[in-house]
Amino acid sequence: MGRKILLKHINEPGIQGYETYRRIGGYASVEKAVKTMTPDAIVEEVKKSGLRGRGGAGFPTGMKWSFLAKPEGVNRYLVCNADESEPGTFKDRYLMEKIPHLLIEGMITSSFALGAHTSYIYIRGEYFYIVNILEKAIEEAYANGWLGKNILGTGYDLDLYVHVGAGAYICGEETALLESLEGKRGNPRIKPPFPAIKGLWGCPTVVNNVETIASVVSIVNDGGDAYAALGIGRSTGTKLISASGHINKPGVYEIEMGITVEDFIYSDEYCGGILNGKKLKAVVAGGSSVPILPAELILKTANGEKRLMSYEGLSDGGFATGTMLGSGGFIVMDETTNIVQNLYTFARFYHHESCGQCSPCREGTAWMEKIMHKILHGHGTLADVDLLWEIQSKIEGNTICPLGDAAAWPVASAIRHFRSEFEEYVKNPESIKEVNHLYNTQLA
Amino acid sequence: MGKIKIQHSKFKIIKMSEVKKIEFSPEAFELVQRLIRRYPEGNQKSALIPTLHLAQAEFDGWLSAPVMDYVASLLQIQAIEVYEVASFYSMFNLKPVGKCLIEVCRTSSCWLRGANEVVAHIEKKLNIKDGETTPDGKFTLKTVECLGSCGTAPMLQIGKQYHENLTLDKVENLINDWSQATEHSKYLDNSTFRKN
Ligand SMILES: Cc1cc2nc3c(=O)[nH]c(=O)nc-3n(C[C@H](O)[C@H](O)[C@H](O)COP(=O)(O)O)c2cc1C
Ligand code: FES
Repeated sequence: MGRKILLKHINEPGIQGYETYRRIGGYASVEKAVKTMTPDAIVEEVKKSGLRGRGGAGFPTGMKWSFLAKPEGVNRYLVCNADESEPGTFKDRYLMEKIPHLLIEGMITSSFALGAHTSYIYIRGEYFYIVNILEKAIEEAYANGWLGKNILGTGYDLDLYVHVGAGAYICGEETALLESLEGKRGNPRIKPPFPAIKGLWGCPTVVNNVETIASVVSIVNDGGDAYAALGIGRSTGTKLISASGHINKPGVYEIEMGITVEDFIYSDEYCGGILNGKKLKAVVAGGSSVPILPAELILKTANGEKRLMSYEGLSDGGFATGTMLGSGGFIVMDETTNIVQNLYTFARFYHHESCGQCSPCREGTAWMEKIMHKILHGHGTLADVDLLWEIQSKIEGNTICPLGDAAAWPVASAIRHFRSEFEEYVKNPESIKEVNHLYNTQLA
Repeated sequence: MGKIKIQHSKFKIIKMSEVKKIEFSPEAFELVQRLIRRYPEGNQKSALIPTLHLAQAEFDGWLSAPVMDYVASLLQIQAIEVYEVASFYSMFNLKPVGKCLIEVCRTSSCWLRGANEVVAHIEKKLNIKDGETTPDGKFTLKTVECLGSCGTAPMLQIGKQYHENLTLDKVENLINDWSQATEHSKYLDNSTFRKN
């Protein structure tokens, strides 16, 4: 069994409520932080831990925190990114639903480290039922003196609020999220200035993912070195993986960084192998945005070594033969999966979610969906496959925010690794009808 | 595979004679005041998205122009600031919806586990297509993008409730249950936000 930090107590009956959470040692990090540590000392521990942002980009959290501007007399804000809309990702939901106080505790400890006196959790609107859960947990935290004025008699004040979105993947991008929190459309801002200098209402702001914030609790409790002792190389600690698709045991798993992909897919501790004893065909390892890899490349790197579940392990080989850890949304596809059809669901998604500010993304995602639609309906040509390739290459790198890249990479990788399937589709549209019927799952 | 939709006007035009007096219930009004206080003074616009959710819950599940104007007046912002936000976010309905708004996820993980069958089943059962409302005003079907329930796919959402690991039987039961509904499905209620 791998070591667990975030989900260690997840099966404790009553862990959703304050009493149980407190009994298993909850809120110790707040006590330790506000009573015995300086904010800078906490930032140092987080730096030592090697923790990297769990929202997808993997930016070192301690470094991000140390960039926060601290002009005299200006408010600073910590905003938790609970937008979680990257297809294939559902770990933040799991954490917030099952053990909400862990996030609240992390928010208090992190806010103290950053000198924030008002903090927000920005949660996607579809998760309204979790808003209830978080609001209740926050109420309990206030009632027990962990939030509000003069926390534990130290003079530190903090208010924590939940802010709800309304359905927009783009609001997971941190500057779009801040726009949305200000009551506007979710159009990403041009950077610089970065949020650390000018963020929410023009004030210095740190935006961190739910899992990142929750990880701070154990870093403060046990020290950065203890956290860094877990994992492998620059991928320290543990990571929540959301596993879905054609596997026997879909769900959220906490892994120690560095286990093998093979172990993750096939062992009973995790995914439990491919559904119905079928063969593995492909995996999208880090949420819809990251390149899809065929079975042989996800299980082994191009050098023939076992591929590891870590930032470096998954990106080994670059985009030619590797992918990314991303948000940890691990989507598994069996041998019957039609890669072209799967890609269509992504192309449609990115077209739907483009905010429309940048022409390459707005127009490019629309054209990619249209061409995919045409191919799927048996009207595609070989030139369309080349056109798809060309369009994606012109979106990548040419937009204000990385949604453009995120839309381009699934298309590029599907063509790179499965070009023959596109060609088959184009040459042999008659086969399409049959493929559509392959998806007789266990529903009936 | 669905057709690519041609979008007509995003907003529904309503006649003057259809305009009712628009006012939040006292509880909803009080909640808006509390929500405004969550943001520093002068930034009451930040309460816009939660207030629009509340407005949808109060007024039959969608946002008419008069309702949006009312929200603008509550937050002391321009009506255009409300329209531009309401038209950006997919959870805001700018046209009337049925009592039961069924939102079915159709993205990759759900598609891999049979989302298309769920959609097809609902379309057949209710005799409507994606985006349409039944003539009796009971159901609207809307396909949506990943709702963070990929490990329990296929799934759909009605109001704030997630329905996961769907089978066609489960879908059937849901439709039967909701065919008797007298109130609109809602994302939030009086217990959603804490009182202090
Ligand atoms: C299109 C897009 C969507 C994103 N969605 C999310 C999200 O849902 N949750 C999240 O934590 N980060 C998301 N991010 C990453 C954020 O911009 C940001 O890097 C992250 O919240 C920082 O937190 P971290 O350093 O703790 O990971 C998204 C980025 C992009 C470009
Ligand atoms: S793909 Fe349907 S919930 Fe994520």
